[in-house]
Amino acid sequence: MIHLRDVAKRFPNGLLAVSDVDLTVEASEIVAVIGPSGCGKSTVLRLIAGLETATAGTVEVAGHQVVGPDRSVGLVFQEPRLMPWLTVAQNVAFGLEDRDRKRAVVNEAIERVGLGPFSHCLPKELSGGMAQRTAIARALVTKPPVLLLDEPFSSLDAFTRVDLQDHLLDVWDWYRPTTFLVTHDIDEALTLADRVVVFGGTPGVVRAELTLDLPRPRDRTARDFHVLQDRARAELGSSRVGA
Amino acid sequence: MTDIALPTRQDRERPAGPLPQSRRGLPRWLVGAVFPVAAIVLWESGARAGVISSRLIPPPSEIASTIADLAAAGELLGHLLSTTGRVLAGFALGAMVGTVLGAATGVSSRFGALFDPSLQALRNIPSIAWTPLFILWFGIFETSKVLMIALGVFFPVYLTFSGAIASVDRKLVEVGRVHGLSRAGLIRRILFPASLPTYVIGLRNGLGLGWMFVVAAEFLGASRGLGYLLVDGQQTGRPAVIIAAIVLFAVLGKFTDRLLTGVGTRFTRWQDGFAGRAGA
Repeated sequence: MIHLRDVAKRFPNGLLAVSDVDLTVEASEIVAVIGPSGCGKSTVLRLIAGLETATAGTVEVAGHQVVGPDRSVGLVFQEPRLMPWLTVAQNVAFGLEDRDRKRAVVNEAIERVGLGPFSHCLPKELSGGMAQRTAIARALVTKPPVLLLDEPFSSLDAFTRVDLQDHLLDVWDWYRPTTFLVTHDIDEALTLADRVVVFGGTPGVVRAELTLDLPRPRDRTARDFHVLQDRARAELGSSRVGA
Repeated sequence: MTDIALPTRQDRERPAGPLPQSRRGLPRWLVGAVFPVAAIVLWESGARAGVISSRLIPPPSEIASTIADLAAAGELLGHLLSTTGRVLAGFALGAMVGTVLGAATGVSSRFGALFDPSLQALRNIPSIAWTPLFILWFGIFETSKVLMIALGVFFPVYLTFSGAIASVDRKLVEVGRVHGLSRAGLIRRILFPASLPTYVIGLRNGLGLGWMFVVAAEFLGASRGLGYLLVDGQQTGRPAVIIAAIVLFAVLGKFTDRLLTGVGTRFTRWQDGFAGRAGA
């Protein structure tokens, strides 16, 4: 579904953010990218989203070269980025065009993220977790085949984060979009992903890949989970040394 | 009768525990009235006691009776209407042009590069300096007055709106890009609503300047209006008329500002700022 080949991105100020990135995400797969901050993992996500343009290589989504933002890609940012003047329902409806089907579609998305009773609230009345749920509903309301998440839970407290991670899997089960998640939280990556890609270095390159064949939902306290944690830490550690 | 004190109505209605800070003591408007009322009382008693020369500083009672006399003579309404009419016409014109140009320069950097430097340069001319020229061009009657006021209103509206649009959070604009908004959609659904609160402040500043400029315009030849009353009061040596006109300016200015904030708050209730009491 998502294919990156030999992708590099150099910013106008001369900084080479990522280089030689080869990455594939299959349909309905959840791939998490982890790495220390500043390794270019968010840049990769922005390239897939069409918010940045690669300076080398090709970025393809659903068989088409990415030339700019596209409605087949839903994006959740680190911050909710809700329009403060719109209610939850209006924020969720933000990306919709088809006026006739709006209400039912919006309500379905809001129910999916469990915000039914709050659909008439303004963003200032929401907690951080609720605001981020709204952002997830907004990204998914059009049922885009691809969902991109850019450190979506990193500004939430630990309890809310775990809660929303489980919740995201429920929502994902709605229609199983191809999901690309950027995070710096190893546990988050291990909880959610089918595959974890370890990023590192400056410019950022793919250091390692872990395939997780544990069934979801995963028990964060299980032995297998700890084994994976150790492996991921080891890979991250070596990526730092390698840089 | 027993000695047991029955709970009073007040006791029953009062919620348990300490009252919230804002509920304690006098209501806000009453607190705000303390100083002006005290000043009026001092002023009046000072004039009656002969401490203040009531020939130059007429006491509040005389000002009130002057206003009443003007109203009784049927003059007052005419003065009020012509001044308010000029301000509203000038405000409408200035705010409209300011809004359109502010939107254009805020949204389009190319348009901004073209027009903003010139407008910034013009802004540095004290707008009242244009008055003689306006009178030469447009005559001494309503046109020049309304245009003067419009000029005064234009700049704050233009500057605030243009600046507000240009400083809309880049992160929200990016959400618009992600959702494939067209340029028009971006303007309508993100840039304008996001800059609305600041825009309302610009309108209020503009309206305030409108009331300032109407005085200047009416000084320079008017046969009706509160500004005319000021000049007339000076020329006929009646300070009570001057102060009456000043008081009426204050009342009208406050009233129109209140109207504007009233309309503005309806659209900016979503704001998550430090209390909603910065306005009014």
